[in-house]
Amino acid sequence: MPDPTVIIMFLRQVWTITAKDLHSELRTKEALNASIAFSVTILLLFNWAFDPSSEQVQEFSGGLLWMTYTFAAALVLNRSFARELQNDCLDALIASPISSSALFVGKALANFVILLAVELFSLPFFLLFYNVSWTADRCLPMLLVLALGTWALTVIGTLFSALTVNLKLRELMVPMLVYPMMIPALIAAITVTTNLVAGNPLGLGTRLLLAFDIIFTALAVALVDTVLVG
Amino acid sequence: MIALEGHHKSALEISDVWKYYGDFPALRAVALNIEPGSTMALLGRNGAGKTTLLRIIAGLSRPSRGSIKIQGADAREQTTRQRIGILGHGIALYDELSAIENLTLFGRLYGLPDPRKRADEMLERVGLARVRDGLAREFSRGMRQRLAVGRAFLHDPEVLLLDEPFTALDDRAIAVLQSMIQEMRLRGRTIIMSTHQLREALELASHVALLQRGQIVHTGERTQQMLDDTGWLYRTYGEN
Amino acid sequence: MREKIIIGLAVFAGALLAWNMNTIFTQLPDELNQGAIYRIIYFHVPANILGMSGFILGMLFSIGYLVTKNLRYDALAASVTEVSLVFASVGLATGSIWARIIWGVWWAGDARLTSWLVCWLIFGGYLMLRRAIDEPIKRARFAAVVSIVGSVNAYISYKSIEWWNTQHPQPVLSIRNGGGMAQGMEAPIWWNLLALACFSTILVMVRMRQESFAREIDTLRRMARAQ
Repeated sequence: MPDPTVIIMFLRQVWTITAKDLHSELRTKEALNASIAFSVTILLLFNWAFDPSSEQVQEFSGGLLWMTYTFAAALVLNRSFARELQNDCLDALIASPISSSALFVGKALANFVILLAVELFSLPFFLLFYNVSWTADRCLPMLLVLALGTWALTVIGTLFSALTVNLKLRELMVPMLVYPMMIPALIAAITVTTNLVAGNPLGLGTRLLLAFDIIFTALAVALVDTVLVG
Repeated sequence: MIALEGHHKSALEISDVWKYYGDFPALRAVALNIEPGSTMALLGRNGAGKTTLLRIIAGLSRPSRGSIKIQGADAREQTTRQRIGILGHGIALYDELSAIENLTLFGRLYGLPDPRKRADEMLERVGLARVRDGLAREFSRGMRQRLAVGRAFLHDPEVLLLDEPFTALDDRAIAVLQSMIQEMRLRGRTIIMSTHQLREALELASHVALLQRGQIVHTGERTQQMLDDTGWLYRTYGEN
Repeated sequence: MREKIIIGLAVFAGALLAWNMNTIFTQLPDELNQGAIYRIIYFHVPANILGMSGFILGMLFSIGYLVTKNLRYDALAASVTEVSLVFASVGLATGSIWARIIWGVWWAGDARLTSWLVCWLIFGGYLMLRRAIDEPIKRARFAAVVSIVGSVNAYISYKSIEWWNTQHPQPVLSIRNGGGMAQGMEAPIWWNLLALACFSTILVMVRMRQESFAREIDTLRRMARAQ
């Protein structure tokens, strides 16, 4: 049983980082605005491109939604560690008493909150543009899927943001590494969302997403120190 | 040397440290013993390994071989990093946060009991109390430097690492830095200063270490001769 | 000594392959439902087995590097992964051809195919990453991380036909408690696997030699620059 004071200190460190990132983001709103604008634009564009009837929408609703979310997420996640390079802040963070794991989890949580905000903001647009019928009992399951799926994206994106932070060609490497890794979790999220929109039972996808979340989080927390400290 | 109660005899014990980049040794068999309360000037030309060594002491990278013990504990341990203050090339401050927000943040990162109060005290000390709510991005260069100095000394570190501290500081910032270094020395803290500005470094230093191609070629007390003839050290060891 | 091993393996594998080809083409009858084309299985399955186990082996070597910090493990991880990527490509290509003939489509979006393509993309990214980093120790560390996280997908791909309803056939090999194949049809898969495994060993050895040369050159270059 790990020492409770260690756990409390870890959580306190995580909270300091999460609060800092959210504070900075709320002040500049750069990533937030870009993501939201991107999501809404894509949803609108696809609406015009496909002119879907109701049945068709149900078939690709999950895919459309999560594709939009994934690319919008990239705008937030890719910058996650890169923004610390300015003024050498990253070195100051690593040299501080904060553990690499706490730094990672803190940033991941902040990214998670920002991404959820973007997604929840864009969701009504999706329902509107595609005339999706929605019932109140779908809200909680939808939130669950969003949370599980977004956490998978966040963990992978944040880990690779840390990994590529000091690489030349960072802009190229990040998408190339991150998108394939996200695909299994995305497919699960898409399947569940499509079922949800169609009014079908959710299926095994949520359990799969949960498994992904646990495994990738554990791996990321274990490996992030190797990546950050030379 | 001031013996500090409950602390290890050595402030810093560097034993047989090697750092490889691939198969190329950037640091070779570096051994250094720094006593508490001393001010060590780490000298050497560019590429000698000063920054590499400082980064390892700061916990930013790990030695390939050998160990660094700071007050008896490994450099990467959280309690150790608690005791180290760093002033490097970058100011390590967030442009979008205000002066008080920046220092409070670092106060929290270093686990200070009352970060806000300490931040206010430090802003007063470095002469930025008037602009405490101004964003760091809006400060002049000298003000940013002073804020960075405030950040480095905020948690009252026992070991201070300075990488080229006097480069690109304006007069006021230099004055603040020098007075804070003086304060630290009077309180028996340890300072390690890496620089190639010989004059300033030798004036402040009690000890000197010369790094050449990754190896320590000279270590010892700063002598009057070094002060009088600043090039002596380099000439003696074959550097021009 | 090295050369002797390589030549020995090459000769052995070549002979084995030739003998096995003979068995496959002259002695085995056509399959009941698929006809002659089913013979692709003798390349498709061994190539994918080698690819998948290679990625997992690469992950183990990567863990070995992180634990021991010995660059030799990194060289092994890189070599094994690179060779596995080649076999994975062969597996994907043969699978696609087979699918076109039997199912009428070049590709199907089922779990097995998708997860395997994802693996191919991830480990392709692994090689791109290696190329993007000059410094050997940093390269080893980062590549190890990508290999470890990526091999989760290799495992998923392996299990995919059990976990999902896939268009890809269920396990047929006897070691996976599969439905089994007709008398004498399964053995050539294993012989081909042995032959291809020998070839992959040769490729890994050649690649390892390249890696050690590259490291030597890198060291000399840095030493020259430091003067």
